[in-house]
Amino acid sequence: MTKKIDESLNIPTAPFRPGDEASFDLWPWTPEDFAKPDPKKCTADDTIMIAKGLVRVLDDDNKACGEWDPKLKPEFMISGLEYMVRLRIFDDRMMKMQRTGKLSFYMRSFGEECVAIAQTMALNEEDWIFPTYRQPGAQFVRGRDMVSMICHCIGNVEDNIKGRQMPVHYSYRDGRFISVSSPVGTQFSQAVGVAMASQYKGLDEVTITWIGDGASAEGDYHYALNFASIFKAPVILNVVNNQWAISTHANFATGVGEFASRGIPYGIPSIRVDGNDFLALFSVTKWARERASAGMGPTHIEVLTYRSGAHSSSDDPSRYRPSDEHLKWPGGDPIERLKRHLIEIGEWDEDLHNQLEERIDGEVMDAYKEAVKYGDLANGPYPEADTIFTEVYEELPWHLREQMDEMMGD
Amino acid sequence: MNMIQALNSALDNMLERDSNVIIYGEDVGYFGGVFRTTDGLQEKHGKHRVFDTPLAEGGIAATAFGMGLNGLRPVVEMQFADYIFPAYDQIVNELAKVRHRSGGEYWSPVTIRTPAGGGIRGGHHHSQSPESQFTHTPGLNVVYCSTPYNAKGLLISSIESNDPVIFFEPKRCYRGPFYGNPHEVPTWGNHPEAEVPESYYKIPLGEARIVMEGNDCTVISWGAMVHVCEQAIKDSGKSCELIDLQSLIPWDKETVVNSIKKTGRCVIVHEAPKTSGYGAEMSASIQERCFYHLESPIKRVTGWDTPFPHTTEWDYMPGPVRIVKAISEVMED
Repeated sequence: MTKKIDESLNIPTAPFRPGDEASFDLWPWTPEDFAKPDPKKCTADDTIMIAKGLVRVLDDDNKACGEWDPKLKPEFMISGLEYMVRLRIFDDRMMKMQRTGKLSFYMRSFGEECVAIAQTMALNEEDWIFPTYRQPGAQFVRGRDMVSMICHCIGNVEDNIKGRQMPVHYSYRDGRFISVSSPVGTQFSQAVGVAMASQYKGLDEVTITWIGDGASAEGDYHYALNFASIFKAPVILNVVNNQWAISTHANFATGVGEFASRGIPYGIPSIRVDGNDFLALFSVTKWARERASAGMGPTHIEVLTYRSGAHSSSDDPSRYRPSDEHLKWPGGDPIERLKRHLIEIGEWDEDLHNQLEERIDGEVMDAYKEAVKYGDLANGPYPEADTIFTEVYEELPWHLREQMDEMMGD
Repeated sequence: MNMIQALNSALDNMLERDSNVIIYGEDVGYFGGVFRTTDGLQEKHGKHRVFDTPLAEGGIAATAFGMGLNGLRPVVEMQFADYIFPAYDQIVNELAKVRHRSGGEYWSPVTIRTPAGGGIRGGHHHSQSPESQFTHTPGLNVVYCSTPYNAKGLLISSIESNDPVIFFEPKRCYRGPFYGNPHEVPTWGNHPEAEVPESYYKIPLGEARIVMEGNDCTVISWGAMVHVCEQAIKDSGKSCELIDLQSLIPWDKETVVNSIKKTGRCVIVHEAPKTSGYGAEMSASIQERCFYHLESPIKRVTGWDTPFPHTTEWDYMPGPVRIVKAISEVMED
């Protein structure tokens, strides 16, 4: 019997759209539920439970519990908190600049501040960072100056990439933070190559990379897992499942509702981690680094989080999801959770937090004021026009020289 | 040496000279490549330097890009140029652009070798010559060898280049030159271009080769068609200057312009389809630079704007008869 046309093709749906009541089932797992396997012995099959479950450290009472507790010193956690607060304030300031026409475009990390920051803090300085546009926070950990970041976003004369890419497409060689590319997913398989080169040279360097839930549908994701598995590359492969790829829900990127366990058939130990839990994310990343460093190859991590803001300055999420959806995310807010934990253990309080926010707000404003001295979007100065032609090749070939001369009127 | 041996020798020299050179691709390791180009290299240099990969051109290009960023000098093979397209995004958007997009902070000196062109009864998907899909991408160098001698010298220059290079090898010429008669299969034997030193030497990228000097008409070509043009020029009885471009990006403006100024007439020959083929770029560039020296319109002899056929490939590929006709036509005016 022939089905009716409208029933014959299975089209996934997003769980909630504007006007719907967003409600997420609370996670059944507690921090005590999952043991930490030995990173130097663990196989992919040993990780089935932690791939299907969720590794957490901070419980609902803001205490650190379970085997995955990294037992970090308070001052280390406070520095993590500071990086996250800095990123949020920085993002808010940049978004305001975009809204007032001072930046052409912007992308915030709102709700996902923990991802790049906790993970980069779990690495060594010589480890390579191969980010997407949603991991600029790693640069704070690696010491990048905010003035330089803002100059890039403006594309002024001090932009280290000379006004060539859209805002947030940072490159920061000194911090081993590799140039961000717009086509989603491409970095994932490239990062495996970076890691293979470290391995070839016999260096104890690990490469970390990220991909979104949406981009994990690209071929590059599967190339990455397969090559990493076959060549045992020292790479940490993170799928940041923030639920949304612009307006496309993660249900359109996977038919099984989660991402972590995809690594297991590739033979890669895989973990799903609460991406808003600083301690859990740090701990899982440290574990993955230990494996890579011991020659055990790649780890595949699903970082479960929620994109609290818009994809970018160009979309309005209220058009495709309930506007209060992020407030109902059971993972809460990453900054709030680490802050409450620090208060819980007596190392922090609201006054200190307010002082921190005020100080950083001042620093961001100062950085902004300094950056625009080197040129703003409306008036410049921009990089010299002839920089269009340089660094296309190592040396300027004759045909570009000719075109440059034509442009410059020689 | 034949072209396979010359390419193998170039790779061998570079593996010896630079520990950052690493070679991989489909079937290139243990087996030494489906055309035997990497034969013996794994045994000699070790399986960490010359190895096989999964069948994933996109993954090969992406990992090579990453290795290049991290200080290596990968030389990867795409088994047939027809199979390069899964890697196209990685080549066009990533490899070609990373130096520019990062303000010079990162670059990736990858060489992608790929057998190209027809004449081996390869049908649709073992015959194409997609050079113009890459010459249109800023940031890439595009090289097309034609003989054992230039294959080795150009490949060494490509590997040493700090920019990415797409290196096309005319597979019909691997074991002998091709003069346009499919029933004759000459070997490189005593051909002067088969005199290839065992030792390291380079041919700079961007330099063309004048194959035959002449005064009446300039014939420009690359890859296997260079030899077909040589035959056609002999058949035509005319005094033609044959230029083997060798590098398409960058191309040798001086050699081309000087020749056109001398002859005033030009025929461009390539295997790839005509529309938006690299011959169009040559033709436009020549008229921009040499219009008042031209005695007649420039002619192109190319593959047809169709998919590449199997048993009728000799009707598809430019042969001496079509080239002689074009030479006669540009000489008529």
